[in-house]
Amino acid sequence: MDTLHSRLGPLRRSGRHGGDALFKGLTAAFAVLIIALLADMAFEMARTSRLSLAHFGWQFIRSTNWDPVRDQFGALPFIYGTVVSSLLALVLAVPISLGASIWLSEFAPGWLKTPIAFLIELLAAVPSVVYGLWGIFVLCPLLRNVVEPLLGKMFGSLPLFQGARQGFGMLAGGIILAIMITPTITSVSREVMKAVPNVLREGSFALGATRAEVVRMAVLPFARSGLVGAVILGLGRALGETMAITMVIGNRSEISASLFSPSYTMASVIANEFTEATGDLYLAALAEIGLLLFAVTVALNIVARLLVWRVARSPV
Amino acid sequence: MNNYRYRRLIDLSIRGACIAAVVIAIVPLVLVLTYVTVQGLSGLNLDFFTQLPKPVGETGGGMANAIVGTLEIVALASAIGVPIGILAGVYLSEFGNNRLGKSVRFAADVMSGVPSITVGLFVYGIIVLRTRQFSAWAGAVALAVLMLPTVTRTSEELLRLVPDSLREAALGLGVPRWRATLKVVLRTAAPGIATGVMLAVARVAGETAPLLFTAFGNRFWSASINQPTASLPVQIYTYAVSPYDEWHRQAWTAALVLVVLVLLLNVSARWALHQRVRAS
Repeated sequence: MDTLHSRLGPLRRSGRHGGDALFKGLTAAFAVLIIALLADMAFEMARTSRLSLAHFGWQFIRSTNWDPVRDQFGALPFIYGTVVSSLLALVLAVPISLGASIWLSEFAPGWLKTPIAFLIELLAAVPSVVYGLWGIFVLCPLLRNVVEPLLGKMFGSLPLFQGARQGFGMLAGGIILAIMITPTITSVSREVMKAVPNVLREGSFALGATRAEVVRMAVLPFARSGLVGAVILGLGRALGETMAITMVIGNRSEISASLFSPSYTMASVIANEFTEATGDLYLAALAEIGLLLFAVTVALNIVARLLVWRVARSPV
Repeated sequence: MNNYRYRRLIDLSIRGACIAAVVIAIVPLVLVLTYVTVQGLSGLNLDFFTQLPKPVGETGGGMANAIVGTLEIVALASAIGVPIGILAGVYLSEFGNNRLGKSVRFAADVMSGVPSITVGLFVYGIIVLRTRQFSAWAGAVALAVLMLPTVTRTSEELLRLVPDSLREAALGLGVPRWRATLKVVLRTAAPGIATGVMLAVARVAGETAPLLFTAFGNRFWSASINQPTASLPVQIYTYAVSPYDEWHRQAWTAALVLVVLVLLLNVSARWALHQRVRAS
């Protein structure tokens, strides 16, 4: 359109289309506002947390001591909780999401594709707080009474599955996160696999490959970087997810190897303590956790978008 | 032939594994929805929609203020976020084949992955700290920021679907470009954009984290949008983590109301989109 219009340019009487420049400028202003907002978010959070940045420096992410009364703030337990719960979520969600997206794009009969994809996307529409509510009253008791004793009996020699079985803890957090990121990873992976050219599939079929072999030899190699992007997008979502995990992870700032023991995430500590934070340093420390979370998720998103864009040009 | 049979077996087992994955992915949805429906229905009555929350220890009461608060905050957020998002989308689709367009597109995509709690922190910094109080409109700004990337990108996509021949026809009649865009292009894409907006609204209506320290909460009616305001998601959170059984019951009912609201918006938007795609 731009080229067409500029070619028409000389034909136009000057002055008649003054409104055009104005209109273009106006829409451009709103478009630029999006970039400005993103930049301002970074700036604003750095500003709110500067007291803590200056006071603790690198010590902030190395110390495990979180003691608001003595004004000592170390974020390591929260970073640990966020990282481990998100990784656990990935371990659970990635095979399921990839399996589901492979089925949707390669195996599913046409009439089933849309309804199943729709159901999986509905999973993403349910509010986080509702998952949390369900987690508190259904998932955690189930883990405490059934799953954790079972895991303890079977793999009790591993430090992962030792300790008191409370239901609320890392395992519950990981499962809730896995449920919440499955639709993200599934729909992006499906988008990526859709972008795989059909000639690749047809070529493999012509050589006598079964469907599974087509997936392994034609679809997955082509889609690989996009699939990695999908997983990273899921990771980004898991890192920043707040309400559901706050409600089930137990909110205790300790580092423990056991998946049964309570933990605390960066997002949860902000949600729980921010409105009660008295003292400038306390507030700044919480804001610094927010800044860290922001920086990490933005970096992950940039990487993921670039990877997904390499395969599928469509927006995700 | 054995080799072929072996390959068939692998094929079948992979197919089976994929079907199992689909089932496992959908089970939580079914479980959550059943629980919310069963538990929520038992507490559902007229009082829930018309009464204020009762003090701790008394049974009964409702969440009228939170329901109105949610509607108010979401309406305000849409009033801020939707026009900005649509105009930014117009820029991207009509003028955006350049460097700036590319950066805006990228920024919007990155922004859609920013955790909602950090958006809450951001709005706390720019509004709550300055006005020195929690307010409905601080919450609305936070939700508007959250819906902005979605609205922008879907508007862009739908505007791109408008055939160039329509633009050319309008311009050929001597209509200035801005009028052609507003009256022809935007109008053609309007129904699609409306469904995109509905999806964005459905998404933010269930958000809790960004409201915690912007709109905060309120056990009573708020007199104006400059006061702390209750919302359904925050109320569900407070009630769910409280130690009172009566509050837990109310939390389930509130969750049912919220889920119905959000899914209704979501499903009807998708359905409308589906019909349009089929028609075209």
